[in-house]
Amino acid sequence: MTATTAASAGTAAGRPRPPGGVLAGTGALLRFDLRRDRLRLPAWVLGLGLLTLSTANSLHTVYPTAADRASIARASDSPAVLALTGPAHYLGDYTYGAMLGHRMLGLMTVLAGLMSILIITRHTRAEEESGRAELVRSTAVGRHAQLTAALATAAVANLALALLLAAGLPALGVPGITAGGALLYGAAHAAAGLLFAAVAAVAVQFTAHTRTASGLALAVLGAAYALRAAGDAGGNGLSWASPVGWLQRTYVFVDDRWWPLPPVLALAATTGAAAFALSTRRDVGAGLRATRPGPPVGSPALGTALGFPLRLHRGLLGGFAVALVLLGAMYGSLLGGADSMLKDVEQLRDALARLGGHSLADSFAAMTMLVVAVVGAVYAVLATLRPRAEEAAGRAEPVLATGLSRTRWLGGHLTVALLGSTALMLATGLGFGLAGAVSTGDGGAFLRLTGAALAFAPAQWVTVGFAAAVYGWLPRAAPLAWLVPAYAFVIGYLGPLLKLPDALNRLSPFGQVPRLPAAGMDWTPLAALTLVAAALLALGLAGFKRRDLELT
Amino acid sequence: MTKAIALSGLRKSFGRTTALDGLDLTVETGEVHGFLGPNGAGKSTTIRVLLGLLRADGGTARLLGKDPWNDAVELHRRLAYVPGDVELWPNLTGGEAIDLLARLHGNHDRRRRDELVERFDLDPAKKGRAYSKGNRQKVAIVAALASDAELLLLDEPTAGLDPLMEVVFQDVVLQAKRQGRTILLSSHILAQVEKLGDRVSIIRRGRVVQSGTLGELRHLTRTTIEAETQRPVTDLADLPGVHGVRTDGNRVHFAVDGARLDAAVQRLGAAGLRSLVSHPPTLEELMLRHYGDELAANGHRGTGDERDGGAPR
Repeated sequence: MTATTAASAGTAAGRPRPPGGVLAGTGALLRFDLRRDRLRLPAWVLGLGLLTLSTANSLHTVYPTAADRASIARASDSPAVLALTGPAHYLGDYTYGAMLGHRMLGLMTVLAGLMSILIITRHTRAEEESGRAELVRSTAVGRHAQLTAALATAAVANLALALLLAAGLPALGVPGITAGGALLYGAAHAAAGLLFAAVAAVAVQFTAHTRTASGLALAVLGAAYALRAAGDAGGNGLSWASPVGWLQRTYVFVDDRWWPLPPVLALAATTGAAAFALSTRRDVGAGLRATRPGPPVGSPALGTALGFPLRLHRGLLGGFAVALVLLGAMYGSLLGGADSMLKDVEQLRDALARLGGHSLADSFAAMTMLVVAVVGAVYAVLATLRPRAEEAAGRAEPVLATGLSRTRWLGGHLTVALLGSTALMLATGLGFGLAGAVSTGDGGAFLRLTGAALAFAPAQWVTVGFAAAVYGWLPRAAPLAWLVPAYAFVIGYLGPLLKLPDALNRLSPFGQVPRLPAAGMDWTPLAALTLVAAALLALGLAGFKRRDLELT
Repeated sequence: MTKAIALSGLRKSFGRTTALDGLDLTVETGEVHGFLGPNGAGKSTTIRVLLGLLRADGGTARLLGKDPWNDAVELHRRLAYVPGDVELWPNLTGGEAIDLLARLHGNHDRRRRDELVERFDLDPAKKGRAYSKGNRQKVAIVAALASDAELLLLDEPTAGLDPLMEVVFQDVVLQAKRQGRTILLSSHILAQVEKLGDRVSIIRRGRVVQSGTLGELRHLTRTTIEAETQRPVTDLADLPGVHGVRTDGNRVHFAVDGARLDAAVQRLGAAGLRSLVSHPPTLEELMLRHYGDELAANGHRGTGDERDGGAPR
């Protein structure tokens, strides 16, 4: 009798009732999110972690002596390099640790932010947009459970990355990379990841579209990076306006300052709290802004092979145009300072003079133009993979059952991608050129810089062509298209630091483009790139014409 | 006259899954052809092969006398398609989607489009994401029927429509039929095919197992009869083709094969017929004759037993 009572009481008390309220079901959802991402998250964490570890490891062999390190430190003290890397304070004693903190921390925190943004949008807004969230919410799941689970998923990924770095870096045994510094280095990654996860959590409240939400969060990430770039290159206080700038001011492996981390985490917590507050002010599936009714009839342009894709692409194209004009203008406005700042650095002037070019400003422009071009390549891939999204969502089917041929349907999307990426390079060039001409007081710089940006257009076409070829033949392998911008970036960014052979750079279409305005114009590689692009596009169209549509 | 659709020995596999396994289908010009089958039988795959969206692995396919893969675009100008699961562009309104599809099709009748929007009670100013499933379906139906297509391929077109809209749909399909258009109507809603179809093909596991007019198919099934007579009918069960006789005093209930109906009714007449209710075979029963084994395997016996005579086993 007693035993029975005890047993039944034990059952009632021993099996914890699921917590009620707004967080009910969070644990189950977290396990579910991790299960869904069981390949994706390890790939991100290992990819980012191994990139850092292998870079740290090879610094040792590339710069064996203190003289080598001092030499690269001197060469790095230019606005162009500082804009791409981090603040000049790291250069004082350029140990392997300082190199890592200087060269990798800014970039890697941005990549950790990107990973977090994609995690949050995938598990919140994308679920709502597809209608799956509704099904989940109809069960015993609290109002805040999905967002909490998504944030927890991002936290798991970021902490895993932090642990991998904190444990892996000291294990390499590279002098100058201390265990304490590695812990701070990893923690800075986690702080950045958590902050941008919170930013994405706010962004997904505003709009009902997953794409727009990721775009908003990425714009904040881009702005944070651009602000610190402008601040570090100009040596002014602008970096303090950017959380990425705060994290770089931990001066990891140099001073190992921990105090910039709490403000970043506090900002993350505040932003996250705002996301929860905002989420209660909207309906499931809706954004904060109510959708307005649109035109009841379609404009004649919508029914054309080009007008239709243009309509679908216009948001993406517009967003990138704004971002690239601003980025170009930011770099352009630094040009004037580049000349005066570099006057005293004799050695660097010699180095840049060997590159050729009219002035130090031109060399700076040539170095930064590549970064802007790679951002343009991100657009090229996104735009080219748009038909893939249309096909997977089942929206290609009714359109391809009309008088629109496959070639004209895909051709329309590809034309928008080609023209769009060209227009983006032109817009970048105009922003770069205008700001550059104003800041240097050299009117001729305007055309030189615009031309330098446009020279990257054929490389964008190859990017479009490669993505089209993959999509045409192997639609499920479409993400492989990201290899082109990823490779161009990693090689372009790390190549000079790790002294990688030039042949590796030349593998990338962006490595083929003449480095205007520092180097002279060379039409041959541009013509070759255009031919390669044309061949890839034809290949993609041919593949798409002969395969089955992927249907649900 | 050319057949609107002529498929023979059509095969299509996706990896190890066989979707079409030697499918034969003929649709005459100007008829409404019901294409009946359970989920996963291969109806959508067949239609997508007809649209040139999928390439058949084997067999021959002719659509309006042409090859659906090689002449896809030319054919698409002459046909209109309503998918079973309509996905719309989230940032385009329903009206824009209709006009987009109509313009891409080539010919469209503005007045007819507005009339159909009105009849289907569709708000064309809403964005794609704001539509319910039924309303998304209406967008595709309006776009298809506003065209001057001579062939309509409708793949479970009314999934999600309410009964009122279902009536409007039947109305416009019959109107299209009167205009001399050919319609292939795939469905698992039997009542719909019964109301609209001239001929029916039943598909199962990638092959057509039966094809014919509704009249022809009825011969293959049984009419259910409930009668009340002055005297009990005793000798009914001895008649060939009569199944499941249940008597309750002067009331009798049984099923009889189409060809044996006459003899059975004569017996009833001899016993002094007071009232007679007969149920013509429904497509439900037609289907169950082909899928009865599956249903039985799934533990559903009631309908099958009654059809087979209801005798205790």
